[in-house]
Amino acid sequence: MKISIGARVEEAGSSIKYKTGGWRSYRPVVNKDKCTKCWLCYKYCPDAAIEKGKDCAVIDYDYCKGCGVCAKECKFEAIEMVPEVK
Amino acid sequence: MIEETEFLAPGHRMCAGCGVALSARIAVNTAGKDTIVVSPTGCMEVTTTQYPETAWRVPFLHVAFENAASAASGIDSALKMLGKRENKNILVFAGDGGTFDIGLQALSGMFERGHKVTFICNDNEAYMNTGIQRCSATPYGAWTTTSPPGKYSIGESKPKKPIARIAAAHCIPYVATATIAYVADYQKKLKKALAVDGPSFIHVLAPCPSGWRFASDELIEVSRLAVQTGVFVLWEVENGEMENLKITKKIPQRKPVEEYLKTQGRFKHLFKPVLRKDVIGQIQAEIDKKFERFGL
Repeated sequence: MKISIGARVEEAGSSIKYKTGGWRSYRPVVNKDKCTKCWLCYKYCPDAAIEKGKDCAVIDYDYCKGCGVCAKECKFEAIEMVPEVK
Repeated sequence: MIEETEFLAPGHRMCAGCGVALSARIAVNTAGKDTIVVSPTGCMEVTTTQYPETAWRVPFLHVAFENAASAASGIDSALKMLGKRENKNILVFAGDGGTFDIGLQALSGMFERGHKVTFICNDNEAYMNTGIQRCSATPYGAWTTTSPPGKYSIGESKPKKPIARIAAAHCIPYVATATIAYVADYQKKLKKALAVDGPSFIHVLAPCPSGWRFASDELIEVSRLAVQTGVFVLWEVENGEMENLKITKKIPQRKPVEEYLKTQGRFKHLFKPVLRKDVIGQIQAEIDKKFERFGL
């Protein structure tokens, strides 16, 4: 690999090439009926893996590491953590 | 609310449920696109800039452990010389090692010279990046790999260094403490810090699931309990006038400190095999003393 001068990285936000979703052992699942779109989960997500969807919060499973903060903090119990199974 | 654009892209290698990642995400999204981030060595730098990738969507400069504040000062001066200083934010994200211990000298210099830089210390209370070694931010009684509890030890034997008060003693325009559970409070303080003409310092308590030994989903709860038990007080002060210190989150009914200690494995030796009432009592007494000093 050729290293650039000063180990400079030219492409902003290129870490999106690395999908951290594989780290997950529990998967957050949003219940559309219970979600009130308060966006508390969006605010508290350390990985910016929750998007403000049209009807409810949308989890980006490519990057969600399954920490469970969103499910724990949701005041309406709209997010459930279910085990990842293969 | 956090702005719609994410300036800290996903795909970074922070642990699941990382408090520092959340703190940085809130801060950089609040500061906006005209921001230059400087970071010394630490969890933040190692996990967000894995060559040849970067998670940052704003200019990011990594420097040595000691001199993040000096590099930020240089950016401030250089931009001024070029006549491009206006409407740009310079943010430093340093860990507790890069602030409390190794970076303190450069930080003090930056304060004294009066550079317009906002220095954010994401405090996770030990050298987490290298394997949970104690530092001067580690609280009294905590387990770390270099302060192991045992027959003759209760864990960390020294109290935490009051870094925000040390910063305030430089009489800089703005100093505040914040934590990730209170996002609006943190954002408000950051906006104030960015608006002042001169150095500003924000001490952010950022719990670490890996090093503090708690389940990752407890992140916000631990951060909230730190405030509710009085372990971490949210305050702000302008121009170092400690007599005008403002408590931004008043806790009318303070919870006993056990509730905070119990959530974390790093304090479990205080409860098992024998309940160390003496040590817990001492931690509680320190908090009570702190509140007395704050006049609460």
